[in-house]
Order: sequence, then C-alpha cells, then structure tokens
Amino acid sequence: MFGFHYRLERKAIGMVLAIVGVASIGGIFEIAPLFTIHQTVEDAPDMRVYTPLELAGRNIYIREGCYACHSQMIRTLRDEVERYGPYSLAVESKYDHPMLWGSKRTGPDLARIGGKYSDEWHVAHLNNPRAVMPQSIMPAYAWLSRTALRTNDLGLQLKAIRAVGVPYTDEMIANASADAYGQAVPDSPHAEGVTKRYGAATNVRVFDGALGTLTEMDALVAYLQILGRLTDAAYRPVAAVGR
Amino acid sequence: MIGQMTTGERQFALAMLIALAVVGLALAVAGHDDPLGGHGTLILLAALAGVFAVGSGYHSPEPGEERLQLYYDDPTKAGIIIAMGWAVLGMFVGDWVAWLFVYPELTFDAGWSSFGRIRPVHTTAIIFGFGGNALIATSLYVLQRTSRARLPDQLSPWFVLFGYNLFCLLAVTGYLMGITQSKEYAEPEWYADILLVIVWVVYFVIYLRTLARRKEPHIYVANWYYMAFILVVAILHIVNNLAVPVSLGHAKSYSSFSGVQDAMTQWWYGHNAVAFFLTAGFLGMLYYYLPLRAGRPIFSYRLSIISFWGITFLYMWAGSHHLHYTALPHWVQTLGMTFSVMLLVPSWASAGNALLTLNGAWDKVRDDATLRFMMVAAVFYGLSTFEGSFMAIRSVNSLSHYTDWTVGHVHAGALGWVAMITFGAIYASVPWLWKQKSMYSAKLVEVHFWLAVVGTIIYVFAMWNSGIIQGLMWRTYNESGTLAYSFVDSVIAMRPYYIARAIGGLLFLIGGIVGCYNIWMTIRMAPRTVGETVAGEADPVLAGTRAIQPAE
Repeated sequence: MFGFHYRLERKAIGMVLAIVGVASIGGIFEIAPLFTIHQTVEDAPDMRVYTPLELAGRNIYIREGCYACHSQMIRTLRDEVERYGPYSLAVESKYDHPMLWGSKRTGPDLARIGGKYSDEWHVAHLNNPRAVMPQSIMPAYAWLSRTALRTNDLGLQLKAIRAVGVPYTDEMIANASADAYGQAVPDSPHAEGVTKRYGAATNVRVFDGALGTLTEMDALVAYLQILGRLTDAAYRPVAAVGR
Repeated sequence: MIGQMTTGERQFALAMLIALAVVGLALAVAGHDDPLGGHGTLILLAALAGVFAVGSGYHSPEPGEERLQLYYDDPTKAGIIIAMGWAVLGMFVGDWVAWLFVYPELTFDAGWSSFGRIRPVHTTAIIFGFGGNALIATSLYVLQRTSRARLPDQLSPWFVLFGYNLFCLLAVTGYLMGITQSKEYAEPEWYADILLVIVWVVYFVIYLRTLARRKEPHIYVANWYYMAFILVVAILHIVNNLAVPVSLGHAKSYSSFSGVQDAMTQWWYGHNAVAFFLTAGFLGMLYYYLPLRAGRPIFSYRLSIISFWGITFLYMWAGSHHLHYTALPHWVQTLGMTFSVMLLVPSWASAGNALLTLNGAWDKVRDDATLRFMMVAAVFYGLSTFEGSFMAIRSVNSLSHYTDWTVGHVHAGALGWVAMITFGAIYASVPWLWKQKSMYSAKLVEVHFWLAVVGTIIYVFAMWNSGIIQGLMWRTYNESGTLAYSFVDSVIAMRPYYIARAIGGLLFLIGGIVGCYNIWMTIRMAPRTVGETVAGEADPVLAGTRAIQPAE
C-alpha cells in the first residue's frame, strides 16, 4: 500500500484523479438516492404553494437572515413536540428553495408559528420585540413597516421558482403582482383572485394594520402566518401519511 | 507588481480588466432597480481601478530573464497583508455581533446593521477573507519551495488574488444590502459564485503548471492537502450553488434543490467546507511550517498517508450529522454519525503526527511563540475533532444541536486551530519573505500568543456552559410532567455567558491588532531586496521525511 503510494505521489494527475474519486463516493451514496427513493418525501395532496405575498415575505425572511437564529425543523423528540407541535415532515418543505431548517436556536423554532399569534402581535413584536417580551434579545425590524413592498417583479420570481420545480400555473404567474396586493387589501377587486387561485383557506387580510399600503411588514407577517400550514400532513396519524 | 509582468502579460491583464468592466457595466444597467445594480457598479469600479493600476505601470521596463532564477513571492506578500486586514475586520464584526446578544438595540434602527445581516459578514470575512487569503498566500509559497520550481507566470497569481478578493468584497457588501442565498457559508449569489469558479480554475492551473515543472520527484504532503482543498472545494461549491436566477437583472436566485434534498446538499457542503477549506488547507500549512520551524522532519510519512486519505474519504459522508432527528431519512443520519466517529482516526493521526514531530524540539516550543502557536493549533485540532466526533453521536446531538455548544465547537476549531496555525505560519514566513532575521518584536508575538490563547479559552468555556445549560433547560420537565422552562427563560440564563464570550472575542481581536502592528513594523524595517534563488538542493528538513521513513 505504501509502495503504491510512493509511486502515486510522483504523479500530479494521478493524485488529482485519486482525490476527486475518493472524495466523490460519500456524496454519491448519501445524496443521489434522496432524489430517487420515493419514501424520502411523504405524499401530501393537499399541499399548496406559497402565494406571491407569502413568497415575498419568505424572501424578506431570507434577506434579514432570520434563519441564523430561528430553526424551522421540529425534531422527533418529546420535548420539542410538546414545545412546538408535531415534528416536521420532509413534505412540508418540498416547495422551499432553499430550505430554511436552520442550525441554531437563539430564538424559538418557527416551523409551526403560523396562526399561533395574531397579526397585531407579530407587528408589535417585529417593531419592537421588547414591547411584547421584555427579556427578548431579538433586533427590532421597525423599518419593515416603513418600506413599500416591491411587487413589479413577482411574476418573474414565480417563473424562476417554477423553473426549479414548484408547480405555479401560468395564471398565477400572470397575476402575481395583483394577487400580492389583493391578499393584503381584502376589499380591493384583486382579493377575490387570491382565494380562487390559492384556495379558500388562504389568509386575505390587512396584515400590518395599515389599510391600503402594501409594506414589507405585510409580506413577512403573511409568511409567518402560513408557516406549518401549507398542509396538515403532520397532524394526520402516521399510517395515513402516504409512504 | 506591474513592473514584474512582461508586456504580453500587461496587455492580457488590461484586456481582462476591460472585459470585467463591461460585465460590471452590464450588471449595473440590467439591475438598475435591484441591489444587483450596486454590485455591478462595484465590479465596474474594481475593474477600472485595475485598469488604472496596470495602465500607470504599462511603460515601465520589462523584467529581465534573471527573474526566472528567483521564486515569485510578491503575491504571497500581498496575500498575507490582505489576510491580516480581513482578520481584523472579521474579528471586529464578530465581536460586534457578540455584543448584540447583550445589547440588542445596537442596530441603529437600520437594516444593514441587524444581526442577521452582519453575522454572515463576520463568518465570510473570517473563513474566506482571512482563511482563504492565508491559504492562497501560503500555498503559493509552499508550492514553489517544495517543488523547487518558480510559479509559471507573473499574471495568474495576481488574477487569483484580485478575483478572489473581489468575490469576498461582493459577498460582504451583498449581505449588508440584503443579498444572500441563506445557505450557511455559501451565502453569495449566483454572479459571485460564477466569479469564484473562474478564479478557482486559474488557481488550480497554477498548481498543476508549477508541479509539472518541479525538480522534486515526489509531491510533498503539504501539496496533497492544498490540492485536496482546491479540488474538493470546487466540487462542493459548484453543486451546492446550483440555482436559477430570477433574471439577469436580479441578484436573487432560487436554489435548484428544495426541502430534504437541499438540506442534505447544504450540509454535505457545509461540513466539508469545514473539512476541505478549514482543515485540509490548513493541514497543508501545518505540514510545511511546523517541521521547518521546529527543525525536525515530520514524525511519520506513513501516518501522513493514512490521515490524508482517511480525511479525504471519510469527511464527505459526515455532513448528515447536522440533521439528526430531522425529516432526513434515518439511514442517512446513521451513515453520517458512523463516519463522523470513524473520522477521529485520521484526525488524531494528523494531530499526533504534528505533536510527535516536536519531540526533540520542545525547548524551541518553550522559547519560540511562533512555534508555540503551531503547537497549540495542533492541540486544538485534536480537541475539536474529538469534540466533533462526540457531538455527531445521535444522542449527544439531541442535546447539543441548535444550542451555543455548536458555536463553541466551531470557535474551538476556528480560533484554536485555524487562526493559530495561520498566525504561526505568518510569523514564520514574514521574516523569510521580507529578508529579516526575525519579527520586529518577539515580545509582541508572545503578547499576541497569550491574548489568543486566553481569548479562545474564555470563548469556548462560555459557549460550552451556555450550550449545555440551554440544551438541558429545553428538555427539563417538572414533577407534573410538563416542560419546566419557557423559551425565554433559557434566553435570560444565557446573558452572563454571552458577556463572557464577547470579552473572550475582544481579547482575540486585540491580539490580531497587535499582530498587524508587529508585521507592519517588520515590513518597514526590511531593505528592498530581490527574492530568494530557486534552490538547487532539496530542503534538508523536509527531505528528511523520506530519508528517515523510506517506503518499501
């Protein structure tokens, strides 16, 4: 073995090929099968895609680096299930490009935060976390309420995420900007299209408490309120979740 | 710098910089209503600065043929200075981030200064800015000495340094503007990722072209590690960053992978960024500088072979230990845990090989803070690889994951291993490069050493404590069978440790500043001399490895 190596280390190309070969094996055995083994991701026929407003909120969540302190992955441990809710399933993040499972909990897990608090609570908390939780060490995100949401490129955003596999229809893409507006302005003529395209259970309301303006706060709260609620697969008995 | 290039190289450099300026202009125009526009302008300005620099030296006399008799060390010198600049910036931002845990209001009611945006500035400035530049600088130095061959040309090393630092600059300015992919340690967006691929190819070609002209029949161990670093980081970077941009006028892109596949790909990348950027590359550094500084050949050639291939093979399986008890299939978690535990063997083989090399030179370790930096680095390497294998065990991970213990573990590696071996290598090579007998002040090296050691120990102990307390509080039940603590109870309990951590980091930062001053003064003392002749004889210390341990 050492004799062979004594000769190998005299050949630059030999070393290059050996390194690439030896280093590739792990990924081939661990990652490639995840794309081919059907059981890796459960079936959830009721799973819906993010609305344009929720997707915009998700992009703000990414932009602000929220994932650095908040996970979105409840592990299969008793204390986590009791603290946060049913453990996370793979299917729940199948439309998440990229996933936001996180790696650190400086703050609590957010996988099931949707619907747990009111919109008002979220807005007050994001404006000044210490107003609702005096010992919190989260930064304040007050400027989100002052910043208008960019909506003119939402069609392009949906198109790009469709290209990597999320099933948005042509109609959803064509109406993306109007749907984002309609979801946060319930009495506008655009509101109806949102429930038509994304389902009757979609939250259509003024998220940031300020009627008529579409802010980044609207988008982020809309996203937080849908977390864990795109499918109810995690609440069904294990046997019923398609394997 | 320009004076050392041939006319042909100057013309080629100008052509490339003009092409880069055109790309920058195109991005600035296409992304005028997007953060991409700012980055296009930044690329344009960087390219124009380059054009100005090359243009102003364009008519200086060409270098003579005698340059081919000398090692080409100017890129290494520049790389070391740039690395120290990134080090201070990265540690400063790191300590600022640490104080945010204590004083969360330190954000000026603005987006750019909030924790989520400056934390990646810290990680990128340290890993890629400090670590990456130190690796590039030392690898070019080591490659020439161990091959007894000069770099192939005068342009490509500058291309690598310029392009790589442009990448780092795009990364950190991007986070402040809100440009990020959110993939940890792979945050830069698609256009920066493409730039890095181009830079990396040129970097690797420098390696191959120099090795092709080597006078040593064998490729020295340090170069195996540097080559593994370059090659595997390229594979990881390309696969993990596969994404579709929203448009050519948008900085934003959507990852090709989603959910569980994305999680596995990301942590396959993330853990092996640790393995091949923060371990393999720096082991290359250790295998050159430690034996030379100690004046002792590497203890065992065979141990080097076992540990090199062990690390290259086993690490690539270990990423899934970041995903224990998650929605990742159980079999993948188990594989990741198993290989992580096995990893202890090659890791300790490396650490042991380094420490046993010091046998017979322990008096030098006592007297020479530079060598002591390297010794402590090897010790911390051994400690943090043990801790890593331990934390990868599923039941341990159930406690440690998501807590500050992980942060402590990372910093035991980053402060104790990566930064210490780098400071050791820099203190060793600065006097060699600038033709001095020693550093400006040996005492300041001592001061830096103790600030670094004490800072690291305070940091790591604070995070061990906070992490384990956090993990225990989250899973503690009271007598009635319900959870004993709310989440915020655990936040309150962390406060003293967060203060201690920020103080430990501050000490480490001060040490880095002392180091910069010392390096600066050493350079100022240096006479302007020509470089070192391409050696005719192999270095006796490094060659000794083979004389002592001949293979069958």
